[in-house]
Amino acid sequence: MTSSASNSQPQHPRAYLSRRYHLSASHRLHVDSFTAEQNRAAYGKCNNPHGHGHNYTIEVTLAGRIHPATGMVCDLAALDSFAQTNLLAVFDHMNLNTLAPFRERVPTTENLTVEIAHIFQSFPHAELTRVRVEETSNNSFEYALRQMPSPQRTTTKG
Amino acid sequence: MVLLTRKAEFSAAHYYWNAAWSAEENARFFGKCANRNGHGHNYTLEVTVAGEVDPVTGFVVDLKELKDILEREVVSVYDHRHLNLEVPEFASRIPTTENIAVAIWDRLNGKVPSASLFRVRVYELPDLFADYYGEQA
Repeated sequence: MTSSASNSQPQHPRAYLSRRYHLSASHRLHVDSFTAEQNRAAYGKCNNPHGHGHNYTIEVTLAGRIHPATGMVCDLAALDSFAQTNLLAVFDHMNLNTLAPFRERVPTTENLTVEIAHIFQSFPHAELTRVRVEETSNNSFEYALRQMPSPQRTTTKG
Repeated sequence: MVLLTRKAEFSAAHYYWNAAWSAEENARFFGKCANRNGHGHNYTLEVTVAGEVDPVTGFVVDLKELKDILEREVVSVYDHRHLNLEVPEFASRIPTTENIAVAIWDRLNGKVPSASLFRVRVYELPDLFADYYGEQA
């Protein structure tokens, strides 16, 4: 970072695009290898045998150079279409416990976040950097696949 | 080092159009955003600066001063304007969220006394935003 920045814009600057998607799903937190008592102790009301649900917000962050012809890191329509097919059609209005990724793993939002990261890693048009999932407005979870920029301690004062 | 973020809002019109493409190509790639009459958004800008806390004032940066810089350098130029037609940097660059973030970085970099620009975040919609951190090594 320098202070003589006005016209120093590189040809293809690297930017981060974040898109938020919304899905609603039910789940029950329960581990078969625990006793009923251990499950209640670990998961409390989330262990209710009938399940419960959330409105999840999924925030995906992708990095890439801004393409000069489109002004975009990646084609937003392609990203939305990928999310429709691979995220929303899979998870929205579903019971997470019944889905393949959660047959062997408890569908905590930690595990859901990692699963969604694996899904978006196969989006071919930009580098997945981070997935953030809000389970409620009070709880959110992040999984970072690449290091995000961090402030440098010895910056040039502007 | 402490990071400080200041928010500002502006409302502006734009459209997406690549002059090197045919009208059909523009319509196919940019969809409704290619409507040459333009459309608009309420943008939210978040500017994050990094710096040391001044031992006397307790500030990383004087917020009033930062607010005035954002107003002078960005909001007064972008707010209630047509970005393609009235803001010089978008005469040659498509005013996508990504390019707006870069353009605002260029407008602000070096203008904030006592702190370094760390991140420019631009929300076009609550569910769509772009971040630019300058060109990090």
